[in-house]
Formats: sequence, structure tokens, C-alpha cells
Amino acid sequence: MYPKEFRYTKDHEWIKVEGNIGTVGITDYAQKQLGDIVYVELPEVDDEFSKGDEVATVESVKAASPIFIPVSGKIVEVNEELEDSPELLNQDPHGKGWIFKVELSDEGELDELLTAESYEELIKAEGE
Amino acid sequence: MKKTPLYDEHIKLGAKMVEFAGFNMPVQYKGVIEEHLTVRTKVGIFDVSHMGEFRVKGKEAFDYVQYLTCNDVAKLSIKQVQYSAFTTEKGTVVDDLLVYKVNDDEYLLVVNAANIDKDFAHLSRFTDKFDMTLTNESDQTAQMAIQGPKAEDTMFKLFGDVVREMKYYWFDYVEFEGEKCLLSRTGYTGEDGFEIYCKPEIAAKIWQKILEAGKEYGIEPCGLGARDTLRLEARMNLYGNDMDETTTVLEAGLGWICKLDKGDFLGREALLKQKEEGLKKKLYGFEMVEKGIPRHGYPVFHNGEEVGVVTSGSYAPYLKKNIGLAYLPIELAKAGNEIEIGIRKKRAKAVTVKTPFYKREKK
Repeated sequence: MYPKEFRYTKDHEWIKVEGNIGTVGITDYAQKQLGDIVYVELPEVDDEFSKGDEVATVESVKAASPIFIPVSGKIVEVNEELEDSPELLNQDPHGKGWIFKVELSDEGELDELLTAESYEELIKAEGE
Repeated sequence: MKKTPLYDEHIKLGAKMVEFAGFNMPVQYKGVIEEHLTVRTKVGIFDVSHMGEFRVKGKEAFDYVQYLTCNDVAKLSIKQVQYSAFTTEKGTVVDDLLVYKVNDDEYLLVVNAANIDKDFAHLSRFTDKFDMTLTNESDQTAQMAIQGPKAEDTMFKLFGDVVREMKYYWFDYVEFEGEKCLLSRTGYTGEDGFEIYCKPEIAAKIWQKILEAGKEYGIEPCGLGARDTLRLEARMNLYGNDMDETTTVLEAGLGWICKLDKGDFLGREALLKQKEEGLKKKLYGFEMVEKGIPRHGYPVFHNGEEVGVVTSGSYAPYLKKNIGLAYLPIELAKAGNEIEIGIRKKRAKAVTVKTPFYKREKK
């Protein structure tokens, strides 16, 4: 369920790093908790953020939820497909439902994130 | 946290449960959008057992209800239902409710779950002045709502002709396995539909039977999530969001249930005065022109000035638009005015529109 090569946050974002570019989305657990996602407010390309900043907003029918950036860096690409098809976050959260790509400014920050194993433990504890 | 008599059914059906007004309630089963569309096009069933039920009985039951609610109870026939509100001395809203005329000396009042204790305390302040009794039957009453174009066909299978003959906002009694239940043609979705009140002990069985009867029409259980989006599309106010004790019934857009000429009632003078002087603000509908979803509490701007606040807002699953209600200065509270909604750091364009946003086609 939760790819081993991803890293995760306690706020239910995932990041997949290739070179110094990280692709970020929300986890399957998060999309299930949110329910039908109907709108995603994307960041602007070239905007810079520090780890933990609010970078995007995912809106379900019921509520708006902030997305926090897992690592510091500059936004290099956003998933424009989400503008017309926000439901991709429900259908394929770890794939086509990616939200943005960030150029990492400090790869060391990755070590502070959760592995798939520890993330699965976290959501198991939350579910109980 | 309280459980409704249908709690086990929700768990069996895999509902996602949330706390609402002190009750553990299903917010959704398969998903809000799917449930919303099911009610608009087929039929859905909701557990609304959290709602409160008060019975007013006695020689002066009529005078009592007439004094404490703003709609005209004299207009009701036996077995008829009326949407109304309890008002304060200031004409503001204690709660909105349904008044069921059981008999000339007996009324059933159905109130919001979150307000049961507050309403009961408010109503109790006036019981000494009238020859009647007030009882809170909320814990002894289960309630389900069956809503949608196929609600009549579904309920007909269980209860027969009484269902087809019942008019909108009327009620009657039906029997389920020897137990008397109250069935009314009412609801909070903007669709045709029914609400059934019964003893908690038989609620689960009725729930199962209705699901079974509605199967051929595509019935689905629906949660509070869909209940909220359905009522908003139909522009039905939600107490605590769209109105409360700081807003008058007139400001909340409920002038149609405010019968100032019916005789004395609590808040009448304040409301008469407000009507004479003219309203300064009013709850009005809008839809987004630019992207973004309005939510409760977001500010409203006009010509750069903050002029109001969003009370309800959502993506509307049937209309596929983002819609909301907001208190606006009276000069803006008509269709076609450009406003902006403050959504986080941005301001997004919206336009005021006439409500209801959605209106079902009459048969």
C-alpha cells in the first residue's frame, strides 16, 4: 500500500525523491479521511517554502485541509490536471494524484521524515 | 457521546462516524457526492434520531405554542405540519423547528439536536403562564428521513395507500409490527420525502425494511455530510451556522414564517419595529465566479470593503458549483451583485443569486 521508496509526514503527505527533485502528494489514508475531494489550491511555480510551511489546500465537500511541505525548497512544477480533476487525489493518491514537485534545498531534511514502515504504524495507532 | 438506536446499523454499513451535537453520527457511508446524487435522483435514508421531540399537551397547548413560535399555529389542521421558529424577545432565533398538530390540545415540536437542552430551558420559562404540560421525548424517539423522487414508491411498499395520499407537510399514523409510528411528508433535502418517528426498539428493524424495500429503486444510506450539502442547495438554513440568537428571523430570510399579524407572540414587537425601520442586513445566496470554495466564517468584500460573512458554503454536488449563504448589507442582498469572498490569502469573485439554488421539478 505505502511504497517503500517514499518518505512520509505525520500530517499524511508523501514525498518521492529523484535526484534533488521531490514529488509530493497526500497519502491514501489521508484521502480516505477527507472523502470526496472537489478542489485543490496549488502553489505557484518558483515559490519558495521552508519545511512545514502551508503550501497548498485540499478541499473535500466538507472542509478545507492545509497541505504542509515535507522539505524546504522551490516549487518547480504543479499538477495542473488537478484543476479539472481533483478526484485524482481519491482515485490514485500515490500516483496521478501528485500535487507538486519541489527542488530540495537541504536533502538532509529527508532523514527527519517517516519510512513507510513507521508511517503505517502511525496510521494504525490513529485508527485505534 | 450518545448513540442513536441505529448505531449498530451504521457500523455494519461501514459508515464513517463523527461527533455531532453530542451524538456519534454517520457523516458518510460511500461518499458525500454519491449519497447527495442518490437523494436527488433516486432515494436515500438518513438516521436523524438525534433530533429532539417535545410534546405540548393541555387546554392551552395552542396558546402556548402560538406565543412561543413566530408562524401562525391557527392555520394548522390536525395532522398538518408547519415550519417555524422559536424567537427571543428581540426577535432573534432560539431554534427553528417543525410543529405537528396532533390534536386541538396537543402538539409535537421537533427541534435541532444541538439545541435540545437550550430549547427545553427556554420553553420551560413560560409553562407557568399556560394550562399545559411540556415533555421532552427525545430519548424515547427514533427518527429516520427517507428522501428522493423514489421515496414515495419505497414507503408505499411498507405502508400502503396512506403514503401516496399524504400531502406535503402533512402526517399520519402507520403501524409497524403492531407499533404505532408517525409518518410525515417532510424533509431537509429539497426533495420529496418522508420522516418516520418510532420507538427506539423498532428503529433498526424499520431501517432494514426500508433499505430492503428501496433496493429496487437504488436506495442508499446517507450521512450528515450529504444532509448538509442537500439542504444548502435547497437553501434551507442551518441553525448555528446561518442563524442564531444574534440574528432575527427577518434577517435570516424567514419572513415567510413570521406572521406578525397573528396576534401577540414572543419577539413580535421587536420584529414589527425592525420591519418598519427596514432591515440593515439579510442572509442571501451567492455562487462563486472564480475558483474556490466558500466556507463558514469567510469574509465577504464589496468594492474592497469587508461587508459581511459567509455562514454556509460548499461545493454543490448536483449543481456542480460552489455556493454559499452570507449576511450582506441590505442594498447588496439582491440578485446580480458582484462580491468577493476572502478565501485564505486570496479574494475570489462571486455573484449574489436568488435562492433556492436548486428546486425540484414538481410532478
